[in-house]
Amino acid sequence: MRNWLRVVFRFNILGAAAGVFWLVVVVLPLYWIVITSLRSREGFFEAQPLDLPSPVTFDNYRHVLEGGYFNYLTNSVVVTAVTVGLTLLISVPAAHAIVHSPSRILRLSFQLFLLGLAIPLQATIIPVYLIISELGVYDTLWALVLPGIAFAIPLTIVILVNFLRDIPRELYEAMRIDGASHWRMLLHLTLPLSRPAIVTVMVYDALNVWNGFLFPLILTQSPSSRVLPLGVWSFQGEFNIDVPTVLAYVVMSTIPIVALYTVGRRYLVSGLTAGFGK
Amino acid sequence: MTDAAGAGAGRDSDGPGLAMPVDAAPPGARAGRKRGERGGPNLAMALPALAMFGGFALAPMVLVFVLGFTQWSGLGKPVWTGLSNWHEAVHDPVTQGAGWLTLKLMITSWLVQTPICLLLGVFIAGRQRYRSVLAVIYFVPLLLSTVAIGITFRALLDPNFGVSAAPSLAFLAHDWLGDEDLAFYSIVAVVSWQFIPFHTLLYQAGVRQIPRIIYEAAIVDGAGRLAMFWYITLPQLRYTIVTSSMLILVGSLTYFDLVYVMTGGGPGFATRLLPLDMFLSAFSRREMGRASAIASLLVGGGLLLSLVLVRFSGFARMRSQQEGL
Repeated sequence: MRNWLRVVFRFNILGAAAGVFWLVVVVLPLYWIVITSLRSREGFFEAQPLDLPSPVTFDNYRHVLEGGYFNYLTNSVVVTAVTVGLTLLISVPAAHAIVHSPSRILRLSFQLFLLGLAIPLQATIIPVYLIISELGVYDTLWALVLPGIAFAIPLTIVILVNFLRDIPRELYEAMRIDGASHWRMLLHLTLPLSRPAIVTVMVYDALNVWNGFLFPLILTQSPSSRVLPLGVWSFQGEFNIDVPTVLAYVVMSTIPIVALYTVGRRYLVSGLTAGFGK
Repeated sequence: MTDAAGAGAGRDSDGPGLAMPVDAAPPGARAGRKRGERGGPNLAMALPALAMFGGFALAPMVLVFVLGFTQWSGLGKPVWTGLSNWHEAVHDPVTQGAGWLTLKLMITSWLVQTPICLLLGVFIAGRQRYRSVLAVIYFVPLLLSTVAIGITFRALLDPNFGVSAAPSLAFLAHDWLGDEDLAFYSIVAVVSWQFIPFHTLLYQAGVRQIPRIIYEAAIVDGAGRLAMFWYITLPQLRYTIVTSSMLILVGSLTYFDLVYVMTGGGPGFATRLLPLDMFLSAFSRREMGRASAIASLLVGGGLLLSLVLVRFSGFARMRSQQEGL
């Protein structure tokens, strides 16, 4: 009995079994989404759910492309790019200041950002709705960008700060002796050296903004300011029973972010290591 | 990015008073270039971030608490009603039920996710190439939006056309979302599907940071694999476990969108979690005051949870872990 146990742990059979099991659990639904999106509506009602579709049809994708997809895609791209861009623009200097300033106020503000990680910010949606209405930006893309930035800041700054802490102080000391200001150090030291961390938070923030549903649902209304997740949602409201078409929409709304992931994947894990410590 | 950062150069803060994130006013651009550079970077660098976070995250957090004392339909002016919202929210059987259900979700999803993530994380932390490939595939669910996941699983768990219709998977044929007893666990399963990848990656990253020396020393001492896991890996992962647990537990207070898309809180009230209860009070029944009271409970709950976890785990002393090596 004990020998048997030893064999199990020697080769980490438990881990391998879990690994294979999870692979199936992850891949099966994804496989189902793709093959179902290639089925005809009649085919969906008749076929076995896991069989390959025959005949394969791209009609569903045509419906999606005709259903306002490109407008929503443009909105999603604009909102994501502007939100992530502005978030980084204000977070990188803030992280630099937090790491290099002896100021107690800045140290305190870091605690505030940490707090932002620890509480369910989504619970503040009602006042956010109030503020957005008062600012007169309800139902515009700004309604998504402004709170989007605020909600992205905590994680962005925490990851950046943890990364910047590991850049040797001597480098900054050398620049200071040369009479450089902190804005110069930010530009010529912090920025180039923290590129991996910046790419990491960029991908994470982009993911969150791109896939966000609560803000679009509550802070926008008209189709002209609709982003993709809301597009998928309203599309499935219209085509409720046409599951293959709805799933084609699901695929189309995910493809851009898969492309981004393919590019930024390398940085993702390394940044995670830097960001959360162990 | 470079341009804008350059344009900000030469600004100086007005001192500590400005650092309070009260409003979103831009920092005053003043000429005093030299001041503040001696002691370190000035506050102006952090001011925009503080202002945005203050204006759209901290201020709402305070406001949600204040709105909890008012009656407001979303239009017009909120009317002060004192404690009545809180009183009603706490005594409403639906909200009470939602509270217990949220607690149950928290505990269940922690119990389901943590062991699986730990196991998978340790496994894919191995340097073999196929394990890195596995990690890439594991990550994919994180790319899907919650709406996409909700819609997909609602269709997949349909008793007539989803997995239930597949003869090879007959053991999965149930009315997963329509059955009052099953619906809650179906939600837990989908939540796990969505978030296990992220926590697995956290653990993978954590395991890879454990110094090899420790394991080598253990091997020299003749320790077995189980012993190494129990006496080295687990204790070394202490802070990853805390981080991950905190994210799982606090995350349980935010699962609004998935439930909204998959079941709308039903059947009956079987999946009506607190965030959904808040959302429906606010935006279906237009009882913003009452909903704000519920939201405050969520914020308070999250805060309390984090404080307790940080306190009892020594998370604040995070840096001292490698001492003695």
